[in-house]
Amino acid sequence: MKTAKTLAAAVLLVGLTVPAQAKLRVVTSLQDLASIAEAIGGDHVETVALARGYQDPHFVDAKPSFILKLSRADLLIVAGLELEIGYLPPLIDQSRNDKIHPGNAGYLDASIGCDILQKPTEVVTRAMGDVHPYGNPHYWTDPENGRVVARAISAKLAELDPSGKATFDSNLAAFEARLTAKEREWDAKMAPFAGARIVTFHESWPNFAKHFRLQIVGTVEPKPGIPPSPTHTLEIINLIAKEKVGVILVEPYFDRKTPDYIAEKTGSTVVTFYPSVGGIPEIKDYFDVFDRNVDAFVKAMNRKGAR
Amino acid sequence: MKYSRYWIASCSIVLGLVSIASAQETPPPTPSPTATPAPAPPAPSGATGGASQTSNYFNPSVSVIGNFLAVGGQNTVENLPSASLRESELGVQAVVDPYARADFFISFGEHDVSVEEGYLTLTVLPADLLVKLGRMRVSFGKVNTMHLHVMPWPDEPLPVVNLLGGEEGWVGTGASVAKLLPLPGDVFSELTLQVFGDEPDGPFAATKRSDLAYNGHYRVFADLSDSTNLDLGMSYGLGPAGTSADAKTTLEAVDATLRWKPLVKGNYRSAILRGEYFLSRRDQSGGTVDAEGWFVSGEYQLAKRWWVGVRGEASQHADNAAVKDTGTAATLTFWPSEFSQFRAELRQRRYGGPNSVSASTYTANEVLFQVQFAIGAHGAHPF
Repeated sequence: MKTAKTLAAAVLLVGLTVPAQAKLRVVTSLQDLASIAEAIGGDHVETVALARGYQDPHFVDAKPSFILKLSRADLLIVAGLELEIGYLPPLIDQSRNDKIHPGNAGYLDASIGCDILQKPTEVVTRAMGDVHPYGNPHYWTDPENGRVVARAISAKLAELDPSGKATFDSNLAAFEARLTAKEREWDAKMAPFAGARIVTFHESWPNFAKHFRLQIVGTVEPKPGIPPSPTHTLEIINLIAKEKVGVILVEPYFDRKTPDYIAEKTGSTVVTFYPSVGGIPEIKDYFDVFDRNVDAFVKAMNRKGAR
Repeated sequence: MKYSRYWIASCSIVLGLVSIASAQETPPPTPSPTATPAPAPPAPSGATGGASQTSNYFNPSVSVIGNFLAVGGQNTVENLPSASLRESELGVQAVVDPYARADFFISFGEHDVSVEEGYLTLTVLPADLLVKLGRMRVSFGKVNTMHLHVMPWPDEPLPVVNLLGGEEGWVGTGASVAKLLPLPGDVFSELTLQVFGDEPDGPFAATKRSDLAYNGHYRVFADLSDSTNLDLGMSYGLGPAGTSADAKTTLEAVDATLRWKPLVKGNYRSAILRGEYFLSRRDQSGGTVDAEGWFVSGEYQLAKRWWVGVRGEASQHADNAAVKDTGTAATLTFWPSEFSQFRAELRQRRYGGPNSVSASTYTANEVLFQVQFAIGAHGAHPF
C-alpha cells in the first residue's frame, strides 16, 4: 500500500515537472523545410529532416530508422510533387501515426501555393526520363517560394499549437523581413548577370533561374535522371560555344567528370551549386543556401569577365 | 547442339548488354522537352496539378513488372525452360478508407495466375501496432519477404527452395501483428507475430483445420553512420508437418544485411553484404530430420547503372538431411533507368545425391539472363 502511494506521488511529481506545452515534433523530408520550420517555430518545435542536404533528394533510402522518427511526429512537412515518392509512402504507412497521413492535420505539402514551374502541358511518359507529372519539385530554390512555405508552416503550426500563435506570427514577420532584405542583397549581386545563359547538370534550377533572370539553355543530363551520354555531351559543348555559356551548375551529389570535361573543352566554369541546407556544414539555414550560391555564381562570372 | 545453344545464349547476352549500353549513349538529338525554362505565367499552383485525372481519382495505383528469363547450359535437376516470361507481377494498391490500405500483388506465369499477396493493412491502430490481414509473404527471414523483382539475383537461393517449401518460399493466408519496440539511441526494433491457415505449397501441410502455422520475427535496424547501416533479424516458425496427426515442423532463421552507401556519391557507389542461415526440424516417419541451409551474397555498385555480385549457398533437404546441395553464382546487372534492368548470372549448382539424375553429386553450369521492366505507378524503392 505504501509502495503504491509512493508510486502515485512519483507519477504525480513527474507529471508536474513535464512542461505544460510539450514541443511540437516536426519531421521534414528536406533540411530546407526543417530550417524554415525552425525559424518559424522557435522554442515551440523540435525539427528533424530525413534526407541530408548533400544527398540526391530523389534517391533517399526508406530506412526503418525513419519509421521511428515518423511514429513520434506531430507534423510531417514534405516538398510534395512526388519528390518523396520513392521512399516516403511506405514509411508513413508503417509509422502507426494517424496524424501524419496525407489529408490529416499533421501532414503539410509545402508545394501548395508555391510558384511551380515545368508543369507538363502534354501527356508525360517515361520516355522523357524521370519527369515529375505535377511540375518541377525543386521549387524552394526560388527564395519567394521560401516565403510561401514559411507562411504555410506558420499557419499550420498555429493550427496545431494555438498557444504559440503569437510567437509564430512574430517569427514569420522576422523571417519575411530578413528574406526581403536578403533578396534585395542577392538581387543586387545578381543583377549584372541578368539574361546570362547557363547550363545545369539536372533540372534542379528553373526556379532559381527565373528569380534571378538567368536562362537555362541546356542540361548535362540528356533527360532528367538519365546519365550523360557522349552524343549529348558533344551537343552541350557546341551549345555552350554557340550560346556563350559562362557557367555549368552542378549539385554536390553528381559526378563532376562530364561537367569538368565540358568545361575543359569550352572554357566555361563548373560551379558546385548547393540546392539544400546542409549541402556543406557551412550552409546552416535557408539564407545560407542563397548566400553561398549567389557568391559562387558571381565569383565565377566575374572571373570569366576578367579573362 | 548443347554447346551451340549455350554459345548462342552467351553471345546474345553480351550483345544485348552492349547494344543497350550503346543505345543509351546515342539518345535522340532532340533536346529534352523540359530543357528550357518555360517563362510560365504564374498560374495558380497546387500539389495535384490540373484536374485532368478527375475521373481516376479513386482508382488504385497500378503497376506491372515483367520478368523475362532465358537460361543456357544444362541442368536436368532444376530444368528451367530456355526462355520464359516468369512470374510477372501486377500490383494494385490504394488507401481503402481513413483506417486502412490494401495491396494486391498478382503473379502471372505464362499459363497460370496466383495471388502472391493480397492484404488489408490497418494503419492507424493504437499502441504502435500494425495489423495485416489476408495473404502475404511471411516475415520469415529477409529473402522470403522479397518479391522476385527486388532480389539481387534472378533465382531464389537454395535454402528457400529446399527448406521453405519451394521457390515461392513461405506465403501464408492469415493475420500479422507488428509492434514497434524502439531501443535506446533511436534504434529501430520491431516484433512481428503471425498466424496462418493451411497452405498446399508451403513448408507446412495441415491434416485438419485447427492445424495452424505460426511465425515470430524480431528485427533490429541501426544506423551505424550516415552511410552505413545494419539490419538484423531472427525468425521462428512452427506448424504442422503433415506427415502424421501430431507431426510438427519448426523453422528458424537469422538474417543480417550490412549496407554501405556514401550519401554524397550514393548515386554512383554503394555495397550490400547479406546472409541468412536457416534451420528446419521436421517430424516424419523414421524420426526427426534436422536440416540446415545458408547463403551469403555481396553486391557492389560500380557506376550509376552497373552492379556486380557474388553468392555462395548451401542447403540440405528438409525431408532428407543426407542430401545437400551447394552453389556459387556471379551476377552482372545493368539498369538503363530505375524502371528496367538487365541481369546476367553465371551459376554452378552441385546437387547432392541421390537426386533425380544420379545417385551421386550432379553438377550443373548455367547462364541465366533476366530482363525486368516496370510500367505504371512509381513504387517506392525497396529497402
